[in-house]
Amino acid sequence: MRRVSGCSCREGEEKVYYLGLLWEYLKNYMKTRLTYRADFWVEVISDLLFQATNFIFILVIFMHTDSLGGWNQNEVIFVYGFFMVPYGVFSCFINMWGFSERYIVKGEMDRVLTRPAHNLFQIFLENVDPPALFGSVIGVIIMAISGANLGLPFEWWTIPALIILTLSAVAIYTGIYTTLTSLSFYSDAPTGILPLMYNIQSYGRYPVTIYNRAIQVLLTWIIPFAFVGVYPAALFLDREEMRGMALLTPVVGAVFLGIGLLSWNYGVRRYKGAGS
Amino acid sequence: MLGAYFDFIRIRFLTMLAYRVNYYSGILIYTLNIGVNYFTWKAIYGGGESLGGFSGAQMTTYVAVSWMARAFYFNNLDREISTDIRDGSIAIQFIRPYNYVLVKMMQGLGEGVFRFMLFMIPGMAIAMLLFPVQLPTEPSAWAGFLVMLFFSFLINSQINVITGLFAFFVENNEGMMRMKRVIVDLFSGLIVPISLFPGWLAEVLKVLPFQAITYLPGSVFTGRVQGVGIWNVLGVQVFWFVVLLIPIVWLYHAARQRLFVQGG
Repeated sequence: MRRVSGCSCREGEEKVYYLGLLWEYLKNYMKTRLTYRADFWVEVISDLLFQATNFIFILVIFMHTDSLGGWNQNEVIFVYGFFMVPYGVFSCFINMWGFSERYIVKGEMDRVLTRPAHNLFQIFLENVDPPALFGSVIGVIIMAISGANLGLPFEWWTIPALIILTLSAVAIYTGIYTTLTSLSFYSDAPTGILPLMYNIQSYGRYPVTIYNRAIQVLLTWIIPFAFVGVYPAALFLDREEMRGMALLTPVVGAVFLGIGLLSWNYGVRRYKGAGS
Repeated sequence: MLGAYFDFIRIRFLTMLAYRVNYYSGILIYTLNIGVNYFTWKAIYGGGESLGGFSGAQMTTYVAVSWMARAFYFNNLDREISTDIRDGSIAIQFIRPYNYVLVKMMQGLGEGVFRFMLFMIPGMAIAMLLFPVQLPTEPSAWAGFLVMLFFSFLINSQINVITGLFAFFVENNEGMMRMKRVIVDLFSGLIVPISLFPGWLAEVLKVLPFQAITYLPGSVFTGRVQGVGIWNVLGVQVFWFVVLLIPIVWLYHAARQRLFVQGG
């Protein structure tokens, strides 16, 4: 199947078309959510509670030690604050949980493919989850507090760097999860990798230097979750030894997003439908 | 009649066996989880004294055993039940001549047996190759651990059933299920052993059922709890198993009165 372009219009109009779709989907989302109003807040709280788990882990660790691989409590908390920001943005716009069951086994993919907008974009839109953005807000607050405790300077480049690194980290998440999800075009059985990957991603927030060489390589180059937490955060913390890695974040983001999109588009071409 | 319930265990086991390839990736990722926790704790220990009553070696064993126990007791009964409720198929299940909750528990057990044989055992073997895990030599610790592991499964499944049955009352319990998962992982002692929590929180957690899932069996297996203590731990687990039956029976009866199907 040939890749169908968004609509039969010019570049600028296409952008407007996609933005319009985003708006329509968000409106739709609100209508669905208002049906289950109480659940909305339960979900926000459960998201924050999940973050709190990791936060509590850090606090408990530092009740028993002064430094984790040469990083003090405020530094580790700052890294965690940064980690929450791209994770919130990613969970808001990109949620591929249960893709195989919903789209392939139940045949929803056929419906998506008959529409003009790019199929991956539609799938992202159908699963938007705005409450996740609360996590990003809390992350910024945590960074501000621990940053103030550490006496970090607020430079002219702080905000732009935060935006660029956040977007790069979101690109890394998207790339990894899109690649893994596209595997479901090749195997019939839904793979159990995705939910478990959620456990691993949070390890990128610890100073990677505490791990042995193999895990460092894994978290840096194979499933680069170190680039969604500790490396970019090191830039703000003025950690000399990781500055190079921090600046590499956008490159890693572009590469992994590219891999994700390629394997997705290739997978979609192989897709034949479940025949249900 | 009992034979029919036994068949639910067998059928679920065979269903899981059909999708066993999924579990190879699971073993890999659990091993990775153990690894990352191991290195984090290693960095925390640094010098090598003991934390919260755990020596460095005990902590390694605790982390490995806790994750592998999770590989056994984990199941998605909550999601299965809430799906049955939401798509209305529970109405049919209610008029069949069996107890719905008991059937779900049996199916969970079928999954548990599968997970024990094809997930926990091979996973433990790999973890032992990679990390300095010290297994107990006392037969009593082994026997005790296996019995306690079974109660971990029972209590965790009971909590899942309760969460699932709540779909009768809140219509959409997606958020609740997520919250439950986080609470069980944190408060059961999987992520941090309960004795390392600040004193007041540790006290609170001691009167909640979650510690009976991971922390107590793990403490026995690592040898922190020995002799008579083992019986106490088992007693706590039996206590919670019995206590958790009460909300299940109540929810089940209340649910039968309240059943309304949202389309489907």
